[in-house]
Amino acid sequence: MNEPHRAMHTARPHTGAAVSAGAVAAARHTASRSLASRRLRPQVVARKVGFFVLLAIFVLASLFPFYWIVITSLKTNAQLAQGTSSLLPGHITWSNYSTDLTKEDFVRPLVNSAIVSLAATVITVVLASLAGYAMSRTKIRGKPLIFGFVLIAAFFPIMAMVGPLFIVYRHIGLLNSYPGLTIACLIYTMPLATWLLTSYFSQIPVALEEAAIVDGATRLQALRKIIMPVALPGVFTVTILSFILVWNDFTFALSFMETPSKFTAPLAIVNLGQSQYQVFYNLIDAAVVIISVPIALIVIFAQRRIVSGLTAGAVK
Amino acid sequence: MLLAITAYPLFYNLWNSFHHVDYLAPPLGGFAGISNYSKLFSDHQFVPALRNTIGFTIVSVAVEAVIGLGLALALNKRFRGRGVVRAAVLIPWAVPTVVSAELWKTMFDPQSGFVNYILTELHLPLGHTTWLAGTWTSWTAVLVADAWRNTPFMAIMLLAGLQVIPADIYEAAKIDGASAWSTFRRLTLPLLKPALMVALIYRTLSSFMVFDVIYIMTRGGPGTSTNVLGYLNWQAFLTDFDFGYGGAVSVALVVFALIIASVYVRVFRTQEV
Repeated sequence: MNEPHRAMHTARPHTGAAVSAGAVAAARHTASRSLASRRLRPQVVARKVGFFVLLAIFVLASLFPFYWIVITSLKTNAQLAQGTSSLLPGHITWSNYSTDLTKEDFVRPLVNSAIVSLAATVITVVLASLAGYAMSRTKIRGKPLIFGFVLIAAFFPIMAMVGPLFIVYRHIGLLNSYPGLTIACLIYTMPLATWLLTSYFSQIPVALEEAAIVDGATRLQALRKIIMPVALPGVFTVTILSFILVWNDFTFALSFMETPSKFTAPLAIVNLGQSQYQVFYNLIDAAVVIISVPIALIVIFAQRRIVSGLTAGAVK
Repeated sequence: MLLAITAYPLFYNLWNSFHHVDYLAPPLGGFAGISNYSKLFSDHQFVPALRNTIGFTIVSVAVEAVIGLGLALALNKRFRGRGVVRAAVLIPWAVPTVVSAELWKTMFDPQSGFVNYILTELHLPLGHTTWLAGTWTSWTAVLVADAWRNTPFMAIMLLAGLQVIPADIYEAAKIDGASAWSTFRRLTLPLLKPALMVALIYRTLSSFMVFDVIYIMTRGGPGTSTNVLGYLNWQAFLTDFDFGYGGAVSVALVVFALIIASVYVRVFRTQEV
């Protein structure tokens, strides 16, 4: 992988006009170095190698633990009890996955998680679109105040909402129910989604929808037919981030879902594989692998959108 | 609606914190004065948990900021396969806390774990440690799990800050003969300040509210040695059903959050002058 880069540095500068931006930067780098001394070149190569070693460490630190739980999830109980003797999986068994999915009934929590995550994501996108549209288009008084409030909501301690929500849910019968958990999870998503969509909508020229309104469309129609298609990448980002945030919830599910049939996947995992004498990490890790897969796929395919969504707030 | 969702719990907590709202010890609703608050300082739980929370916050945020900055600087360079590397380091952030917590529980497990295996293979000390049985070893495991999950977030926030720094400034510095270190210190760090502040505020506040990784890995144990305010608060609400005392802890959490945020804003503002 680093062969072309090394080649770049050993090549003489000013090799021609048809070089990429990266090559130009590298060539400039080499040029300034070669002014000082030719003997510095091995040092540049060493630095390059060091850079890739550093990158490799970062990637390894991120991904090796996943490798470890995958091989743990493929071990039998006997292998698990023997302890670790090799970095390789050795004999592979799929029985932990089938045990999770059948005997431990891990399908039910997966379905619950999917229901709550999808419901909360849809509600978030609809509400945050309306709110974001209103914030970006109207000139109501106290808009900075509302915006500041959205920001505070994003930083508000989740735990401080658990107690009051629990009492309220108890009174109105929302404990142990999908709607109750879904509403609570909006706390994770709404501030970020409103914030992002407001900034996306603000970038769309007003003239676009004014034309539509002149042609007789209502404001809602303009939002749905004109603005949303233009803002689609932004809406997509918000959808992905919302889904990840709700899928990852643990605190609310732990606090409000009481019967195992209503547990979400993260909650079910914590109650999995426990016995008085041994913790069955093979069973636990099989479930951990199962719930990580959708998230890993989302990250791999939508990495660019996630990063842009996360950073939109930081740059402003 | 947002107002209802955030303001209402706050005032409800305030109200509860001045009343008897212990569902396991009725009658409910009587005025309690400041007894819930004085309990914070007399029950030998809150103060140690506060100390633990502060220690955890400082260490985790410091570790994440340093490694995150290194990662951000590395990802800011152009190289082939940058997208793949970025996705790889982002995955730990995107997976649920239950994944990072159970994953590191497995890694630190004396029997099926990787940590003890590699320590033993390399003939290093601590190869036979039962990590979650001791105070400092538990903290180590929790901090590793927390840093593993949250460093990518820090890195992505800082990377955004790095990418808005115009490249010609660096060219100018290079022509003036600035060393890599002084370029970093005099140019990169000051220009990175806005992004750094957002990332630090966000991470400090969420570290201070830490709950799930503690619940899953240690339940505040062994004993109460890894108890933190978030966990204490949850216990008050949902194992003791004492919403008066829990409300007082919640109010304390909110107050600390406000203090932390205002300290950051002040520090970064005075440095600008």
